[in-house]
Amino acid sequence: MSTSQTTTTDHHPALAHQFDSMEQQQEASTFGMWVFLLTELMMFGGLFTAYLIYRLKYYPAFVAGSTSISVSWGFANTLVLIASSFTMAMTVWAAQNGKRKTQVWLLLATMVLGTAFLGVKAKEYYDKWDECHIPGHVIGKGFNAWGGCSATDKSLGNIAEEIRDPKAHGNPNVTEVSAEQTAKRTEIFFSFYFAMTGLHAFHMVIGLGLLAWLTLRARSGEFGPAYYTPIELGGLYWHFVDIVWIFLFPLLYLISRHQHGV
Amino acid sequence: MSEHSHPTPGLYVVILLALVVGTCLTWGIAFVDLGKWNPVVALTIAVIKAVLVVLFFMHVHYSSKLTKVTISAGVFWLMIMITMSLSDYLTRTFLPQ
Repeated sequence: MSTSQTTTTDHHPALAHQFDSMEQQQEASTFGMWVFLLTELMMFGGLFTAYLIYRLKYYPAFVAGSTSISVSWGFANTLVLIASSFTMAMTVWAAQNGKRKTQVWLLLATMVLGTAFLGVKAKEYYDKWDECHIPGHVIGKGFNAWGGCSATDKSLGNIAEEIRDPKAHGNPNVTEVSAEQTAKRTEIFFSFYFAMTGLHAFHMVIGLGLLAWLTLRARSGEFGPAYYTPIELGGLYWHFVDIVWIFLFPLLYLISRHQHGV
Repeated sequence: MSEHSHPTPGLYVVILLALVVGTCLTWGIAFVDLGKWNPVVALTIAVIKAVLVVLFFMHVHYSSKLTKVTISAGVFWLMIMITMSLSDYLTRTFLPQ
């Protein structure tokens, strides 16, 4: 290999010397990024597996928890994230075609959409805070010193009340005891909800940081047809986070919606 | 190696529209009572959307065989984890419901 390298002086400035060519370098970088993303897949996969086990075990509780979050905001956020994936994919295209200004604008658009997603997520979290749905009965707007919730009609106690009502959940066999138990088990749903959307949101925050860094580099004209690997890898990360949400949305928001409406 | 064939903006727009249609479908179908099929339909649409993102937004359709095989292996291992964990927990009938 090394003997075939004759002209080492006039190569592309971004070519690291352990690689023979820009193509080989990009191939290695892309492969490495995918290996990293597969470890991410396993991390989220563990959460998804645990979620599925509890969802199948404690189905009524998961229905009660899931139907208390707003499907409209979740739906809107899915569209926002898909749009941000589109602008990210277009950024790669702009880099491949050496369009410096277009790259910068598309990166900024992706960041605006990503921030909008996090804003909606913050609003949804605040609603849970307001409704005393944060697991543990410790923090929340409506909690008083005795652990009761004085805030809204969606507290866990009222979820139990609703489960007791045979019309609400279509199950005439629910007893007093199992209603309380089910209400407690909704805390498990909310634990998964916060762990999974929280880890996802954390990835979004990291993604926004990466995009800001890429925007500065793109602005200086670093990327073009010969070298756009950082944009490509940043895009891979952003799309991966999008895919996680593509599964989170139906699994967390859309349990038994036909019985309970928006 | 890639043959220097890159997706065009037109293709990206088509994928974007397909993803939006898929999202609207999932949302709409969630309010129709399909019994046990509701989660199946929702997850099928999610898988189709994910595959579209992986193949075109993430350029796997245009990437090397090594990358394709590695990704497939990763997804296959994820399936092993989910299938074997669920087949364990869901057959432990001695546990209280």
